[in-house]
Amino acid sequence: MHELGITQSIVEIVERTAQQQKAKKILSVTLEIGSLAGVVPEALEFCFEACSSGTLLEGAQLLIERVAAQGRCLDCGREFPLTELLACCPDCDSAACQIIAGEELRVKEMEID
Amino acid sequence: MCIDCGCGPTDHHHHDHDHQAPKGKKISIEEDLLAKNNRLANRNRTLFQQQGMLVLNLVSSPGSGKTTILETTLTDLKDELGFAVLEGDQQTSNDADRIAATGVAAHQINTGAGCHLDAHMVGHGVEHFDLSKTDVLMIENVGNLVCPASFDLGEDAKVAVLSITEGEDKPLKYPQMFRASKLMLINKLDLLPYLRFDLEKCREYARRVNPEIEIIELSCYSAEGLEKWYAWLRAQLSAKKYSGKR
Repeated sequence: MHELGITQSIVEIVERTAQQQKAKKILSVTLEIGSLAGVVPEALEFCFEACSSGTLLEGAQLLIERVAAQGRCLDCGREFPLTELLACCPDCDSAACQIIAGEELRVKEMEID
Repeated sequence: MCIDCGCGPTDHHHHDHDHQAPKGKKISIEEDLLAKNNRLANRNRTLFQQQGMLVLNLVSSPGSGKTTILETTLTDLKDELGFAVLEGDQQTSNDADRIAATGVAAHQINTGAGCHLDAHMVGHGVEHFDLSKTDVLMIENVGNLVCPASFDLGEDAKVAVLSITEGEDKPLKYPQMFRASKLMLINKLDLLPYLRFDLEKCREYARRVNPEIEIIELSCYSAEGLEKWYAWLRAQLSAKKYSGKR
């Protein structure tokens, strides 16, 4: 359940930026979460309410953009969508594939009043 | 989260209100959520590099035998190499006590509710050791095949321990951990005659999630495979010292 720690980081990062911008209230926070990031969005939402209470983020909308996983074959160079961590290249069937997208865990932007 | 009913973007139920985005000023942030941990991990890594230390992060399910592997390794190699051990568990100092009984410096980190060690805990944990006398730092992570995979501690390599009582399909069930590991130790090999464990399949599954993974089978009771593990350890250490500033 490290979603709690991750959510605390979200609040920390957003509050810091909001203070720099002299924002009075944060309306929404947008996250980019890759499908292979090992984080469950529902758990983030659950923790967000508790972690944001009493901060500038209280009542803010949490928007989560899922990033689809993308792999690259190290043998033939083909790029292809990944549905899970274990994938073989659809062209040459090689198991030597690299993940090029899908591991994102990022605060993208916020909307302030 | 929806302002009206508190549901999240992943909920799929009917609404009698619109999900309209609030209208305000958009500020770009683009900051990685693990950035703080990664920054501290890099600081640890720089320190370890300056000391010419090899640092291994041992990860596995609870009960796979990490502590026993450490006890055996330390007992066999402590006259040859300077060791220090950081032990991560939610509660108790049982593991650090077991390590300390071998005569090697050990420090216990209790994570409380936490499911993994992070770079901050490790940074402070190593303050308990005389690093100038340390060749190898072993970090025994919290027994958990999920969360520790995401947190860099500044180590040179993760070593995943899989005991044969757990079943050969663990690499497929927890691919992230085995993909992040440089070496897999298949432990409790002495139990092989009593179990239906397919060693060849286990190797194949691990290589399917991580084609580069190195694999050593061992048992601390029969001592089978231990020499291979020690040879791997020595090779990693000399590679580290060679690349280091010493």
